[in-house]
Amino acid sequence: MEREAQEASLPTAKDMMKKGFIVGFPIMLGYLPIALTYGVLAKQAGLTLLELVAMSVLVFAGASQFMGANMIAIGAGAAEIIIATLVLNFRHFVMSLSFVNHMRDIGLRWKVPLSLGLTDETFAVSAIHKDEGKKKYGRYFYAGLILTAYFSWVFGSLLGGLLGDIIPERLSESMGIALYAMFIGLLIPSVKKELKVGLIAVVAMLLNYVFGMFMSDGWAIVLATVIGGFSGVFLLKEDTR
Amino acid sequence: MIFVIIVGMVLVTMIPRAIPALIVDKLEFRDWVNRWLNGIPFAALGALIFPGIMTVQGEDPRIGLLGGLVAIGLALLGLNVILVVFGAIITVFLLSM
Repeated sequence: MEREAQEASLPTAKDMMKKGFIVGFPIMLGYLPIALTYGVLAKQAGLTLLELVAMSVLVFAGASQFMGANMIAIGAGAAEIIIATLVLNFRHFVMSLSFVNHMRDIGLRWKVPLSLGLTDETFAVSAIHKDEGKKKYGRYFYAGLILTAYFSWVFGSLLGGLLGDIIPERLSESMGIALYAMFIGLLIPSVKKELKVGLIAVVAMLLNYVFGMFMSDGWAIVLATVIGGFSGVFLLKEDTR
Repeated sequence: MIFVIIVGMVLVTMIPRAIPALIVDKLEFRDWVNRWLNGIPFAALGALIFPGIMTVQGEDPRIGLLGGLVAIGLALLGLNVILVVFGAIITVFLLSM
């Protein structure tokens, strides 16, 4: 009896994957309408269905893909588009560094593919569930959550390119709040546990707002995240990683 | 041409994401660096929420802000993230009627 209970309390790889899927579900809700819109927009920009889906499969970065499609539509050059993408996505370098610092026990064979699946949203959800990384099969948890986001993104793009905008405009516009609400829903419980965490977020919000007046969104977010995170050096307790 | 753009975009998105994973095992961070990296998620959440949330409804920044306030309220009540998301979607849907 006791042994049974003990075995039941130890999650299997499949359990962890399922858990990852469940926490990744809000990302799916947010990604589907955005991916649909991307599919429609990319088609209008002159990309073929293959090209626009390939971009989702290989690039997997929402904001960059929107920008890429827009720039292709206005006839921007390849170098220009690629550099703009680098700037916009440089924040993922900072996020990845924070992400893998909690995954030191996980081997390179998993760490590298998982880090390739980092987006703003998968990073945010993973970071809030950073303790899963220390558990056995923690890698399956992250894989489940990232794959949920990935397939929603790819599938949504395909649908958008194939069928056009199938969600009524007013509903899809309203769903634009989904990812912001998810970020808030992730942040608030941490703030309730430790108020200082909210201070870090507010510092970053203000920095992002101010930087946004002088530079591109890409740089503003990178700097706000790096400098805002730096306030954690003074505010957060020692971490026994 | 589009193919070249896609390949370029793949490289500049993959490389920044993968480099930390490749080098982290060789690095031993001081405590303050760890604390900085632990602060990154909360700073990123802040920067991702604001001021972007004001652009949810192009014409009226108040709609996004009100949706955000509802999300804050629901999250403070301790509701699951999925319900927070639904609550915010319904709020924006009703406000933009």
